[in-house]
Amino acid sequence: METSGKLDKTVTATAANNCSALVFAETDNGICLCVKGDWILAHYSSLQQSLATALPQSPEPDQLDFVGMGELDTAGAALLTRVIGAESLLALTASARGLSSEYAALLKTVATAMTKQQQASPQQSSWLDAIARLGELSHSGWRNFLLLAGFMGLALTTLFAVIIRPGRWRITALVTQVHQTGLNAVAIVALLTFLVGAVVAFLGATVLANFGASIYTVNLVAYSFLREFGVLLTAILLAGRTASAFTAQIGSMKVNEEIDALRTLGLNPMEILVVPRILALLITLPLLSFIAMISGIVGGAVVGMFSLDISLARYMSIVQEIPVRHFYVGMAKAPIFAFMIALIGCLEGFKVRGSAQSVGEHTTSSVVQSIFIVIVLDAVAALFCMEMGW
Amino acid sequence: MKRVVADSRQTAISVRNLCNRFGDNLVHENLDLDVYPGEILGVVGGSGTGKSVLLRSIIGLVKPASGEIRLFGEEILTLGARDAALEKRIGVLFQNGALFSSLTVIENIALPLIEHGGLSRRDAEYLASVKLALAGLPAHAGNLFPAELSGGMVKRAALARALALDPAILFLDEPTAGLDPIGAAAFDQLLLTLRDAFGLTVFLVTHDLDTLYTSCDRVAVLSRKKVLVVGSLEVVAATEDDWIQDYFHGPRGRAAASASAQATSKG
Repeated sequence: METSGKLDKTVTATAANNCSALVFAETDNGICLCVKGDWILAHYSSLQQSLATALPQSPEPDQLDFVGMGELDTAGAALLTRVIGAESLLALTASARGLSSEYAALLKTVATAMTKQQQASPQQSSWLDAIARLGELSHSGWRNFLLLAGFMGLALTTLFAVIIRPGRWRITALVTQVHQTGLNAVAIVALLTFLVGAVVAFLGATVLANFGASIYTVNLVAYSFLREFGVLLTAILLAGRTASAFTAQIGSMKVNEEIDALRTLGLNPMEILVVPRILALLITLPLLSFIAMISGIVGGAVVGMFSLDISLARYMSIVQEIPVRHFYVGMAKAPIFAFMIALIGCLEGFKVRGSAQSVGEHTTSSVVQSIFIVIVLDAVAALFCMEMGW
Repeated sequence: MKRVVADSRQTAISVRNLCNRFGDNLVHENLDLDVYPGEILGVVGGSGTGKSVLLRSIIGLVKPASGEIRLFGEEILTLGARDAALEKRIGVLFQNGALFSSLTVIENIALPLIEHGGLSRRDAEYLASVKLALAGLPAHAGNLFPAELSGGMVKRAALARALALDPAILFLDEPTAGLDPIGAAAFDQLLLTLRDAFGLTVFLVTHDLDTLYTSCDRVAVLSRKKVLVVGSLEVVAATEDDWIQDYFHGPRGRAAASASAQATSKG
């Protein structure tokens, strides 16, 4: 054989445990490859490493000898196939010595599978990817904005179409949503705003005491809660509590193909799922905001009574002097926030694709987006009201 | 080519006096079942007869009320901490695949290789691509996420993951449910090939009559809280029992039987 001339010594690759090995030996009938020891998953790494160093380029064998081989599994078979080459392994297994029929079948199956399969090329990364990602990000941001605008239009038209036809009102769904988003949130909203009211009162007392104007603490608490904090804190709380719930509910319905089922039954998901949720938040957020305002002012009153020596009667009389338009400015923002929170929560739910992980991603995204929108709108409203002198 | 069972007393799975109950509902009562190495055992039964519960009891996901379950002679119920070595010898294909949705197909298959096999990520992913090819999936499917696969591909990817550690016993829960007949037939063939190549013992829960006829060596019928009959398909089909008669000799059973007979006479 001509090939035998290229190989002038025995080449051995041995695993670290010294019991699995590959021996190339020169015989009269060309190169014989002896497989020794266990070729199993446990020895895979060490075998592969020693093969790479001992045999940078493995010679083409003419014979296979499995007499010394112990166990073989798919990992070992895959490694052998890679060393010998799938085609030559397939050709040589028939004449191989000491190979049991089970292991021959295993080698044949693995080698056949590997001939059909080419390694999928790993994706190359370059610095251009960063620019591409930036482009994708801005593009998807713009697309998201268009989507939100479109969804808003769709929601509004459906809302008006439903409102003028009392026969299509879904009272049960609405009441359930009001219960879940409103009634169940009363305690947490009241507690949170009570504490913030107390904190604002302490803060005001500390700063204003320097000017001998501690009494204005009452005005600080009342103004801030009527105009800003009452509605803003409630909206942020509901953005975390309700927008996420909407996304998760609608998203898991989407994963289960329930939305598609609704469509095929001739029902409009906008009407059944989105409208009751928007209406529920439009009802509950103003009510909760009102509770938040009261609760914040009560928090301020408690601090006033116990640490600033402002009696309840005095506190109330100062609160009553505040013009009622501040209350209106605060309450006017509530329906806008409610609408945006419900809209983003539902839209993110509809964006869910396929898997449970997608539900999680969109839930996060809906909370972040709705808190962002609430704060941006509040800032815009504050500027607007200041300019208008309201 | 079937693996010769060296010792007929040696069992791969042995279930004795198994009782399972959920509340007042007794699912299994003194159930006995043996599975021998190298065979494909098909488990059939009407809905609610506890096929999946039996499977989950054997792989240790459901703790039975009483009874004993041995895998390769080892009692699994009395093992205090779950024996990791035993878990490496079983592979499970869940009904809906149960692929991890946040990992790609290759990463799904490589996960047990990295965690239990101690391989580097590169080696594990290379071996995973071999398993992928064994399960009959094209290489490009490896970079996809489970949500992007078709039903048949999900089953094959899940099979590749079940085979990752070269298990001795493979548990399949309705592997061909939801596949088209061509895909189901290809899956049956794949199962036979793998069994012959790896000497796998297969515990197969199925409703698919074609699968029973093409790939199962023995069939066990679950009914009335125990294994009603177990044996070759002819023996089971000939058993006097209303449910078995309806099952094997109903219109679908006859169709599958005649299809199998035709295939045998041609082959």
